[in-house]
Amino acid sequence: MTEYNQAYMVSNPLAPCEVVEINPDNCTGCRLCIEVCRTDVLVPHPEAREVPIVLFPDECWFCGDCVAYCPEPDTIKMHVPITEKVGWKDKESGERFRLGMKNPPPPYTVPPIGWKNIKEK
Amino acid sequence: MSIFEAPLNEHTPPWPYKVDYDKVNELTADVLIIGGGTAGCHAAISARKKGADVLVIDKANVLTSGSGGSGVDHWHNACTNPVSGITPEDQVDTFQECRKGIATSEYGSRASHYITAMESWEALQDVEEWGIDIRDVNDDFVGADFRDEETKLMFAYDYDSKTVVRVQGAYIKKAMHDEMDRLGVKIKNRIMITSMLTEGGKIGGRVIGAAGFHLRTGEFYVIKAKATIVCTGTTTRLWVFSTELVGANSIHDDPNGVGDGNAIAYNAGAEFGQMEAGGRTVGGFRYFGYGTGNAHNTWFACTILDANGKEVPWVDRDGNEIKDVAGRYKTAPGQKMFYHGPPPHPYETQGPTLTHDLAERIESGEFVLPFYADLPGMPELERKAIFGLMVGNEGKTRHGVYEPYTNAGYDPNKHMMQANVLPPEEAGVHKPWWNGQGPPQWRETAFGGGGGLAYDWDCRSSLEGLYVAGNQMLGGGNHSQSASTGRYAGRRSADYALGVDHVDVKKSQLNDERERVYAPVKRKAGIGWKEFQAGLCRVMQDYCSTYKAEETLKIGLEWLESIKESEGQEVFARNPHELARIMEAFSRLTVGQMIMEASRARKASSKACDFERIDFPEVDPPEWDKYVIIKRGVNGEVEISDKPYDYWLKEPYASNYRENYDSHNGLDENTTRPKLEAAE
Ligand code: SF4
Ligand code: SF4
Repeated sequence: MTEYNQAYMVSNPLAPCEVVEINPDNCTGCRLCIEVCRTDVLVPHPEAREVPIVLFPDECWFCGDCVAYCPEPDTIKMHVPITEKVGWKDKESGERFRLGMKNPPPPYTVPPIGWKNIKEK
Repeated sequence: MSIFEAPLNEHTPPWPYKVDYDKVNELTADVLIIGGGTAGCHAAISARKKGADVLVIDKANVLTSGSGGSGVDHWHNACTNPVSGITPEDQVDTFQECRKGIATSEYGSRASHYITAMESWEALQDVEEWGIDIRDVNDDFVGADFRDEETKLMFAYDYDSKTVVRVQGAYIKKAMHDEMDRLGVKIKNRIMITSMLTEGGKIGGRVIGAAGFHLRTGEFYVIKAKATIVCTGTTTRLWVFSTELVGANSIHDDPNGVGDGNAIAYNAGAEFGQMEAGGRTVGGFRYFGYGTGNAHNTWFACTILDANGKEVPWVDRDGNEIKDVAGRYKTAPGQKMFYHGPPPHPYETQGPTLTHDLAERIESGEFVLPFYADLPGMPELERKAIFGLMVGNEGKTRHGVYEPYTNAGYDPNKHMMQANVLPPEEAGVHKPWWNGQGPPQWRETAFGGGGGLAYDWDCRSSLEGLYVAGNQMLGGGNHSQSASTGRYAGRRSADYALGVDHVDVKKSQLNDERERVYAPVKRKAGIGWKEFQAGLCRVMQDYCSTYKAEETLKIGLEWLESIKESEGQEVFARNPHELARIMEAFSRLTVGQMIMEASRARKASSKACDFERIDFPEVDPPEWDKYVIIKRGVNGEVEISDKPYDYWLKEPYASNYRENYDSHNGLDENTTRPKLEAAE
């Protein structure tokens, strides 16, 4: 049987989207994200130093504190669900963009005023 | 086999934390603070400076907890700052004016407003001492209209009165947390308080501590305290509940805010005012706060263009067009200060807005939807202040808006953010820029809209030993109000605590509480917490909607009681996390009862409370210009009374704010900022 013909009985996903995603290659399992999350969306893996488990995604507040406190760059990412994706347009050309579009324009890289890494605070 | 039993088999992973529901931990403190958000942290620090042994209990982690836990970008009511154009008296006068015209119970004459007006700037300087930049320290904004060149303070909204300060507070909770560490404040995270302990276990007795359990281990905690301060958050998700909507259906306020503090204080016998007040909501159907193009709040006073690039005019309160951007930030001639916001803000405090006849002009086809926020067309420093400073530092918008939008290429110098598409009559009104208007049966008491604990000039509730600060006060408010009242209540509770002894807790009160709290983990089957929670919301929607009447409120109360004694005794938990969600639903149920009881008691409609009685349609008749006060009597029965709207200025208090403040504030050499002697 080809692999894609193997189907599973699983519950429906509960949350508006996959709220946070952790890159296992970068994560050191330090559990700081677990400690700062206000609703215990994240819980520890039974094995020490393993990637945290996203157990209660339906209780995520989308505060981004887990992202702010993670000591490893590009490791934990908060997703914006389609329902919250907004649009904008270029004032000069009138071209319309949308958060999540294919082939987006290059990032705007100016940090917020007073930007500091949490470790410097 | 039910869907609840299905997952529990040999493949179900065990709970990741060691659980012991039978273990009892005992803690002691002079001052116990329930809730370590903005109010709780300021309270803890000021009580500690008075010499008290302070313990903060939080359901989450004090490092990030509370509605202000992910940052703050602007700070209200700093009217004693060196360049402020108004006095604290002016500030409370405007609150009083606002009450006349605008349907939000946040306004009115209140001791908390005066305390905030007197201490907001002090609290902001505290925050600066703890390491937060409250000024333009890097000179990013030299020459801006909103920057004071000498102090480098930057203001928002009304650039004449200069009371709202733009701050770089993304990590403000960390700064508070570090300061508490430094001062030796004790912190216990992940504990939910489920009841107050009272002297002799009696309703209405002195509050002598509290009890609760750990959200990860399930262990029981008993805390003996000489004084206790309620600093918990507002009641979210009481009418609308769905965890499949964004932000667990609570986009603005921390979802841990369920009114725990109010529920347990009510059960202990404390008095509450204005519980009938509230407002409409769209719950989790809204966009991320400040994440759509608009012209209000954080985005004030952004130029708005229609779909064809035609500019929507800004007008002053008289409807006269304002030609330049700078004029949008100015008070009218003779006006002391304004609130940014649309009519029906009362004339006295109304500021510049988009043209008052916008709805008609959209309907006539003159302006075409959607609208866009023209940040590229704003002066450079205004643009940088709105997006770079405010959106970049506000709670939840750094990681929810600034980062994802800019990563996806949004450039505030070139791009115009689209506004939420709304019906003409709402496009341009303050809240619906990102909300829209929910159906009338969807309401909330969040964000300063509801009632709360009645308190005196010591921020003490009607119970000895119990104090309150922040959002659970009668008509709580914003960040600065939480900080200021926290600071004040911390001092007053410490003054009291240092003069009294601990009282022994009555064993039977603890045993009863343990039996009640742990009942759901002892059940093997029943209903889940979400059904229980959503069921309460249904009762609130059906019987306590925007249109209220005696008969439906009575049925609603019967239903809540019935659910409490039937389904409430079937709800079951498989881990301490679920147990917490169940106990939160019980807190909300109590708050729902308080709201319905108070709603029955107010036999008139009220604009100031956003309160409509079908059977009493008259709006704000003079004889109802007062607070409905509710509490539980010694046998648990509901007792209704009332208090004058300005009871803080009536006997036994002095008739003006300043005198009361001066004789009660509890400031001493350890809690007063050293005043720099004027150089001249
Ligand atoms: S975004 Fe906030 S609520 Fe969601 S997982 Fe991260 S810390 Fe928790
Ligand atoms: S904070 Fe970052 S590195 Fe640490 S466990 Fe979480 S995702 Fe992994």
